[in-house]
Amino acid sequence: MSKMAPPEELMNVNYATPAEAWMDVKPEFKLGNYSYPGKPDVLKYLGLPNPRDWSPTDEDWKLPPDWRDIIRDGFRELLGKYRSLKVFMDVCVRCGACADKCHFYIGSGDPKNMPVLRAELLRSIYRGEFTVAAKILGKLSGSRKLEEDVVKEWFMYFYQCTQCRRCSLYCPYGIDTAEITFLARDLMNRIGVNINWILEPAANCNRTGNHLGIQPHAFKDMMEFLVDDIETITGRRVEPSFQRKGAEILFITPSGDIFAEPGIYTFMGYLLLFDYLDLDVTWSTYASEGGNFGSFMNDKWMKKLNAKMYHEAKRLGVKYIIGGECGHMWRVLNQYMDTMNGPADFLEVPKSPITGTVFDNAKSTKMIHLVEFTADLIKNGKLNLDKSRNAGITATWHDSCNTSRGMGFFEEPRYVLENVVEKFVDMPAQTIREQTYCCGGGAGLNNGEFTEMRLRGGLPRGNALRYVQEKFDVNTMSCICAIDRATLPGLADYWAPGVKVTGLHELVGNALVFEGEEPRTMNLRQEDLPGIEGSEEEE
Amino acid sequence: MAGLMTALLAVVALAAVAALGAGAGMSGVFGIAVPYVAVAIFVAGFIKKVVGWASTPQPFSIATTGGQQYSLPWVKQAKFDNPSTPGQTFVRMALEVLCFRSLFRNTKLDNRVAEGRVAYGSDKSLWLFALMFHYCFLIVFIRHFRFFLEPVPFVITGVEFVDSILQIGVPTLYLTDVFLVVGVTFLLARRLWDPKLSYISLANDYFPLFLILAIALSGIYMRYVAKVDVIAIKQLAIGLVSFKPYIPPNIDWSFYMHFFLVCVLWAYFPFSKLMHLGGVFLSPTRNLPNNTRMERYINPWNDPSIKPHTYEEYEDDFREKMIEAGLPVDKEA
Repeated sequence: MSKMAPPEELMNVNYATPAEAWMDVKPEFKLGNYSYPGKPDVLKYLGLPNPRDWSPTDEDWKLPPDWRDIIRDGFRELLGKYRSLKVFMDVCVRCGACADKCHFYIGSGDPKNMPVLRAELLRSIYRGEFTVAAKILGKLSGSRKLEEDVVKEWFMYFYQCTQCRRCSLYCPYGIDTAEITFLARDLMNRIGVNINWILEPAANCNRTGNHLGIQPHAFKDMMEFLVDDIETITGRRVEPSFQRKGAEILFITPSGDIFAEPGIYTFMGYLLLFDYLDLDVTWSTYASEGGNFGSFMNDKWMKKLNAKMYHEAKRLGVKYIIGGECGHMWRVLNQYMDTMNGPADFLEVPKSPITGTVFDNAKSTKMIHLVEFTADLIKNGKLNLDKSRNAGITATWHDSCNTSRGMGFFEEPRYVLENVVEKFVDMPAQTIREQTYCCGGGAGLNNGEFTEMRLRGGLPRGNALRYVQEKFDVNTMSCICAIDRATLPGLADYWAPGVKVTGLHELVGNALVFEGEEPRTMNLRQEDLPGIEGSEEEE
Repeated sequence: MAGLMTALLAVVALAAVAALGAGAGMSGVFGIAVPYVAVAIFVAGFIKKVVGWASTPQPFSIATTGGQQYSLPWVKQAKFDNPSTPGQTFVRMALEVLCFRSLFRNTKLDNRVAEGRVAYGSDKSLWLFALMFHYCFLIVFIRHFRFFLEPVPFVITGVEFVDSILQIGVPTLYLTDVFLVVGVTFLLARRLWDPKLSYISLANDYFPLFLILAIALSGIYMRYVAKVDVIAIKQLAIGLVSFKPYIPPNIDWSFYMHFFLVCVLWAYFPFSKLMHLGGVFLSPTRNLPNNTRMERYINPWNDPSIKPHTYEEYEDDFREKMIEAGLPVDKEA
């Protein structure tokens, strides 16, 4: 990886449009702006076509000989299966409302990262292959022929899209670039053009249950390591169970939470909360991944990986499922799971055993978000929380794209956050809630080789963060997505150095006061607590 | 720029064809044959397109949520930006179609490198001018029914009355005529001046703008400059709608030019981006409720043969290690 330019330099983005028409500009692959392609053995494992060694910088991408037919037939198939695609191909008026909404455009200035043009990369082929106008008017109608350079361009730009849907919010017709990217990636997968950081985690999820390929015994070891840490910090020995049949609740969270900072602290927060409530909850090593890497590939793999959740819930005979702090899990869960793998008629409508609240907003999927569950606990006065344990923190809230624009999850996390920290300020209005800016690492782009582009894409988020850092001394950004927890620390180090990133339940875990506990002297990160006096009880 | 010039020349050529053709005694073609064909293309093309969309399954419910979801009873839901019922979804669509709500949100990027910050200013200009353009077009369209209907319904006379309330000039000036031209000119101007927009603009973005501008200007010319024989034009119009086509003598060439351009618009409509008129109603991110955790949404082609890598397969793979680690197993080794 080449050394990164300093932020001042990276911020100086050139938004001027090139002299040539966009169809005449070829993609230029440079280390830092693309992800490494899928490895042959991973493709073979997943049953994907055309496994081979290749690099995007190669002249010859070794496409299968009939690749044009494959794309054409695939495109036709998808047009017949997805009304969204058909409508989105037809109705764009190129009004440009989306143009400056994409974080990758804002950070790179590359016009092909304007959502309208990203979609035109596909639309131009749609017109060329499937409309009459193109046959009469040719290039003038905005259509073009399917050439290898087009595929290269697709690879570049559909893997420079995190499917965050920010553009879709502003589009007068609701054209959703996430949907377009999703289907374009499906097409590319059919000719063996894909990236390894999606395929390998997907393969791991399939075989081992989690994207890192952690085998069951190792997963348990890692959990025990965190259990030991909890004992060091709180003096309590929590006792999580695995694959316990007949438990009331199955808990599933992204596996990123178990192995890497700062996710592990959030994980410890989950464990503490469950222990505090004496909740009848079990974990599964088999279904140990919330994130759905299949959703970055195609609908088949999205469905296949998602199916594990219900499969395991049924086998264990739990009543319902609680999901942890995860972005893509919640997008898939909220918009796809019941459709693909329901009906979940073997489960019950979630009802909090502590407060008696029935979650009728999940009466069909039978799966609720842990933050909903916790917010309800706090509202009903069931948690003894001591905000002063998080003293020293001035927090801000990062609304993750998937829970924001794919779900509408804004108040519950803020409510929890406000109950566990003393100081909380939001970032500027046009960068949060439904208008939130992406971390730059979603949809499979959180890999090392893509760092430069990801930091460029992180410019809007980083800038908003630095604004509240300078103005309100914000030193902590909390979030509910594992990709965020992986991506945002690097983003903060670069754009707003000094800001820490936490999950929400890390802060809950810190604030939670157990009955008769020995006074805590450190937080879940084993840092000394600032000024520990007799903690006051509060709601 | 090639797109811009092509579109402009195409509209000029079309206008010239009609003006010259009608002047050369081809009024029957431009007054009868062309309008019938154009309307037939419009109707058939529009229906075909909408049926084509509607008959394609929408496999997943993918509402873009623009506010707080339906949640715990004490959490206030943004009912119209994140609807969970059909009624709320209807309101969301109505706000979108009638008020251009998504465009109302529009912001403008302002990267202030010197200050080291990126700002986002509210930008409602596109919303305002797009709304102006569309509503004026609608009113002008409704006003034109006075040519096709006898007697003229009260609604249309009412619209006319309000539209010409300032009573400027003879014949009185319709405000919508002015604002339609202002709106379309703005839409054209921003396409030319904003480099981002001119970069993405195609001939088929410029063509409808020039065409509509030409229609508006030719209409204004007819009414205010040439002062064409309105009674004769009404005879022609009523002849067309009653399928008893008749070409009255002495209709000014400018009418045929105006009318021909309108016919081109009809015929062009179904094959172009103008179909956003129909498409906006079918956009799945807007017309579906966000209730997918409450109600099961059905995908007609959902493939039940896609199964997970099962727990049994998983255990077979790792059984010994699981037993060793003290994890429960279904089958002992």
